[in-house]
Amino acid sequence: MQKLDAEALFQTLVEQMRPHVTPDTALVGIHTGGVWLAERLHQALGLKQPPGSIDVSFYRDDFGSKGLHPQPKRTEIPFDVEGAHVIIVDDVLYTGRTTRAAINELFDFGRPARVDLAVLVDRGGRELPIAARYCALTLPQPLPASQNLQLETDAAGALTLRLIDA
Amino acid sequence: MHNPQLNKHGELQHLLTIDGLPRDVITAILDTAAPFTEVAEREVKKLPLLRGKSIFNLFFENSTRTRTTFEIAAKRLSADVVNLNVSTSSTAKGESLLDTVDNLCAMQADMFVVRHAASGAPFLIAQHLLATGRDHIHVVNAGDGRHAHPTQGLLDMYTIRHYKRDFTNLTVAIVGDVLHSRVARSQISALTTLGVPEVRVIGPKTLLPTEVERMGVRVFHDIREGLKGVDVVMMLRLQNERMNGALLPTPQEYYKVWGLTAEKLALAKPDAIVMHPGPMNRGVEIDSSVADGTQAVILPQVTFGIAVRMAVMSMLAGQQGSNK
Repeated sequence: MQKLDAEALFQTLVEQMRPHVTPDTALVGIHTGGVWLAERLHQALGLKQPPGSIDVSFYRDDFGSKGLHPQPKRTEIPFDVEGAHVIIVDDVLYTGRTTRAAINELFDFGRPARVDLAVLVDRGGRELPIAARYCALTLPQPLPASQNLQLETDAAGALTLRLIDA
Repeated sequence: MHNPQLNKHGELQHLLTIDGLPRDVITAILDTAAPFTEVAEREVKKLPLLRGKSIFNLFFENSTRTRTTFEIAAKRLSADVVNLNVSTSSTAKGESLLDTVDNLCAMQADMFVVRHAASGAPFLIAQHLLATGRDHIHVVNAGDGRHAHPTQGLLDMYTIRHYKRDFTNLTVAIVGDVLHSRVARSQISALTTLGVPEVRVIGPKTLLPTEVERMGVRVFHDIREGLKGVDVVMMLRLQNERMNGALLPTPQEYYKVWGLTAEKLALAKPDAIVMHPGPMNRGVEIDSSVADGTQAVILPQVTFGIAVRMAVMSMLAGQQGSNK
């Protein structure tokens, strides 16, 4: 697989989203990579609503087999979900199960007018009927399950993507 | 020694007592509780974690607050909750504790929340489940005799951490009827495990267990002396129902000497917090002006208690048994 330039992908994502957002569009990042990404997107797109964050630990569908994820983070939705245009932001789209959990959780805060999904990379391997409206890169070949693609950030907020063995 | 609360991977299987729980397990429970506090502010105050699980509240001894907060916690996790007020049912007809448990297991129970007047009853149930190969069923001790009340101890730790952040520079005073208090035992275990350098126990000699010093606490028989410079005051309820014999003169007399008044509280640090596990006896162990004052965090304790119980129940339900 070619080296992925996360900052370049970020710019691509910004340009894809820009024509479709208004200052009132709200972003919700999925912990942890999606939260960093949502903060960067929020700045780059000049949105008014403070970005929210979701930890889907309490909504996962593998609780029965894997138990509670250790050290779940706080879900924070600092805007009124009722009637809002919400874009869920994640770093990598894989099976779609995390997105499903995030949508379910979001609806426990109210009824949004519209929900979209924005991701940096679609790595293939979907197990649910979920697609990203905004996606900077779709890998031509799905990544094998033995590998993880992970977003990282440094102190200055610069993004990098790293391929690690699962 | 094998800790019956932990499975062979060191994960929490039952919550029976704080005594002997490793510090990282206690910290993990407090960390897990934090995100649950936010659920109360949602439009839909429910998480799908325990959907389809059946939790039986087995209360062999009366309790309103504890049973209610366990019930709310379980319901916010989407579990099905069945409340059994056992003191008025089969036990009164002669059924044994373990027969009651077996019957509820036959109704596909996933978890028992147990309160019992006899110390060790939840432990007995946990052992019985293990011995009969039903270790996928979990037990939470909601107070047994004079022994332990671990979720109360944990919610107290959550409350202290919320207001004081760090345990390792605190002086904490536990005041009152320690002798009859399972809450005090759980508090002392938790505080020492979490590294609180000074835990004080303040009370009359007749209401302190013999050799209480061996739990690693400093003992004071003078409340004014004991409260000097403390960061946290944990009041205990005077347990009239557990007293037999003349341990005390009268409630009025007790209040005069041991009741927490604004004047006595002024001896603690100015930012000291006042806690009470409830139910409060106003005018006996605590004065109304303190109970309703700015330093009291007694109602936040109740709210945090729901989140802590949600954390405990979801951590337990996530374990598939000690043979996993």
